[in-house]
Amino acid sequence: MIDTEALSCQELVELVTDYLEGALEERDLRAFEAHLANCDGCTEYLEQMRTTIRVVGTLTPNDLTQAAETVLLKAFRDWKRSS
Amino acid sequence: MTLPDDELVAALKEGDEQAFAAVVREWHAGLTRVARIFTPTRAVADEVVQETWLRVLGALDRFEGRSSLKTWVFRILVNTAKTRAQREGRSIPFSALHDPARVPEAAVDPERFLPDDHPHHPGGWESPPRELPEDRVIAGETREVIERAIEALPASQRAVISLRDVEGWSSDEVRNALDLSEVNQRVLLHRARARVRQVLEDYLAPEST
Repeated sequence: MIDTEALSCQELVELVTDYLEGALEERDLRAFEAHLANCDGCTEYLEQMRTTIRVVGTLTPNDLTQAAETVLLKAFRDWKRSS
Repeated sequence: MTLPDDELVAALKEGDEQAFAAVVREWHAGLTRVARIFTPTRAVADEVVQETWLRVLGALDRFEGRSSLKTWVFRILVNTAKTRAQREGRSIPFSALHDPARVPEAAVDPERFLPDDHPHHPGGWESPPRELPEDRVIAGETREVIERAIEALPASQRAVISLRDVEGWSSDEVRNALDLSEVNQRVLLHRARARVRQVLEDYLAPEST
């Protein structure tokens, strides 16, 4: 539990993921939002965490190589024949 | 797009090769990322993923649908990876996975905040985040920097951010696949995102000296 009056910038940055995940308790959520309303630095930090999530989301997932897929499909056929 | 579990299991049991190929492709990236937690190289991770699918086929008749098929496959993957690590005499970063609190790490360098005994603004920003130029955020070279930052994270953080933010899994899916508590999942995700954000800031808005 965080004291509303005492939520510092240093404490707020540790709560950003809890905030974005909707995991903050009511009281902490109020303290978080009250702090943000008056703090450009923390507003920028939250915005950059959102940017980070957005950019990470544009990375391409690892693709299966054709060779690995061929091996697995062959294994599947063998499995089917033997079952 | 995967079929509902019961249809998928039925299709696999009937030997539907297309259904098998589709699910292998769809889950491949996630399986590889989780395998990488327990394996020293990408090549070994690929082998573990292959071995997992063979085990899945061998055990499919015993799948009872008490968890989702995806969760079940990931559990087999984790067991396969652990067994292999034991066989090869490698230690497994369990403690890092299950007790991230033991590895204290701040989201932001404490040096960037005013000291706790500051008269006006204890714990406030001394060096606030530097603005990121929006047009460069989405540039291809920025994505390469982020790829490298993720690759350099501790394995457990890498797995969580990859599954959540690259693959777009829900937090429940990640918790089930990695057998993590809700809190630990969030701690790992927070550390990973905070680290990537810092790399992004250092790259796009370097500190002026």
